[in-house]
Amino acid sequence: MKRLLPKVITSGVGILLILTAFGARPGDGGAGTWPVRVFDYVDRNFTVWFNILAVFAFILGGASLLKGHMQRVMQRRPDWPYSVITLVSFIAVLVIGLGKLGGPPGLQGEVTDPAAWLMVVFAAIYEPLMATLFSLLAFFVASAAYRAFRLRSREASVLLGAAFVVLLGRTPLGTWLSDLLPRGLSFLRIDTLSMWVMRVPNVAGQRAVLIGIAVGVAALTLRILAGRGSVEGDRI
Amino acid sequence: MNPEPALSTSVEVWIGAALSLMVLSFLWRDNPCYKVAEHLFVGVSAGYWMVMGFWSTLWPNAIVKLVPTAARVTDPTAGLPAREPLIVIPLVLGCLMLLRLWPRLAWLGRWPTAFAVGTTLGYNLVRYIRSDFLAQLHAAVAPGLVIAGADGAVNWAATVDQWVLLAGTACALAYFTYTRGGQGLRGGMARTGLMVLMVAFGASFAYAVMARVAVLVSRLQFLLGDWLGLV
Repeated sequence: MKRLLPKVITSGVGILLILTAFGARPGDGGAGTWPVRVFDYVDRNFTVWFNILAVFAFILGGASLLKGHMQRVMQRRPDWPYSVITLVSFIAVLVIGLGKLGGPPGLQGEVTDPAAWLMVVFAAIYEPLMATLFSLLAFFVASAAYRAFRLRSREASVLLGAAFVVLLGRTPLGTWLSDLLPRGLSFLRIDTLSMWVMRVPNVAGQRAVLIGIAVGVAALTLRILAGRGSVEGDRI
Repeated sequence: MNPEPALSTSVEVWIGAALSLMVLSFLWRDNPCYKVAEHLFVGVSAGYWMVMGFWSTLWPNAIVKLVPTAARVTDPTAGLPAREPLIVIPLVLGCLMLLRLWPRLAWLGRWPTAFAVGTTLGYNLVRYIRSDFLAQLHAAVAPGLVIAGADGAVNWAATVDQWVLLAGTACALAYFTYTRGGQGLRGGMARTGLMVLMVAFGASFAYAVMARVAVLVSRLQFLLGDWLGLV
């Protein structure tokens, strides 16, 4: 029961959806037959069901966050005052959002109304924090590039060389340097090279990665649908 | 530079600026200001996405379909939709997912996970084979000679690019073939393919750098312009 049923659900749902992709639709004729009705229902509703489960996953995440931080506060673990900030902000946003506070006219208003307090929190707190946290990555990416450069391997040099050409080709400095080249060497213009790198070797590499991922997904899917995936403990 | 700099009078802008500076303080080192901003972000983002998920997905697609009169709570003039009893299935699965919080009943949480895995596999198998496998193979094996115009002249530069593209893809795919040793022709192709992949990763890296720097510039514009009124 504990291990067999999850396998049966996974295989059943997966195979049904694959059959649905190739199955007839009501407009193709035979609308009254039960397989067509089943395929049509599955096609229209399983994405919605999946999205509902995704919301429950958010709720589970929120509940787990509450549980973890409340334990941290109650046991007075190191840095527990920061957990109070997380708990207060989380509960405050939940109350503001679920109650549709601030926005006209209460529950009948839109939660995304610019006057709603949730949107004020979004604009004043969430958006600046998210944008600044992402902008911090600019410094860490530069640090990662420096570390890769210090490796002095051929692969790292090619990677950084390509990155340098693409970066320089997209800046005014690259265009200015290219203007210094004589006419006969115009094929060496950094902006032209940058475009070529993006159009040819980059596309070749990305295409191979996409084909590799597709083959991997297909193999893994067939393996799991056949019940050969590892179903040990919580892993499915 | 703005000749008459003026500080913002908006509370929202001041809060945003303070939080931005608190996050940027991490460049100096990990400090209490950064930790406050970090924990605030975790709480606010978790709450925000839960609320959005509830009002945009759970309410209209589950609760209203199960109890049609609930539609009148958010819109008194709304027509009542037809009841859909089967919507109780994802709701029950969702409730089972929440049982993961109780260790003794956590095993029941595997059923909704199984449904989610099955749905993802079922949708993605066909999609990946169509768009990422067949479409990419079709694009890779393009005509060997690129014709420039109506007069039938061959565009040799584009033709060479086309062949380099095909050879590069084949070599990179050879690198992904782990079932054979790296000797002979295949080994040479795999080594060339590794270089092609490095160029592709380098280009992606460059785009990542550009994206992050663009976000950083927008934050500096916010601080210097919207907040301080200097630019």
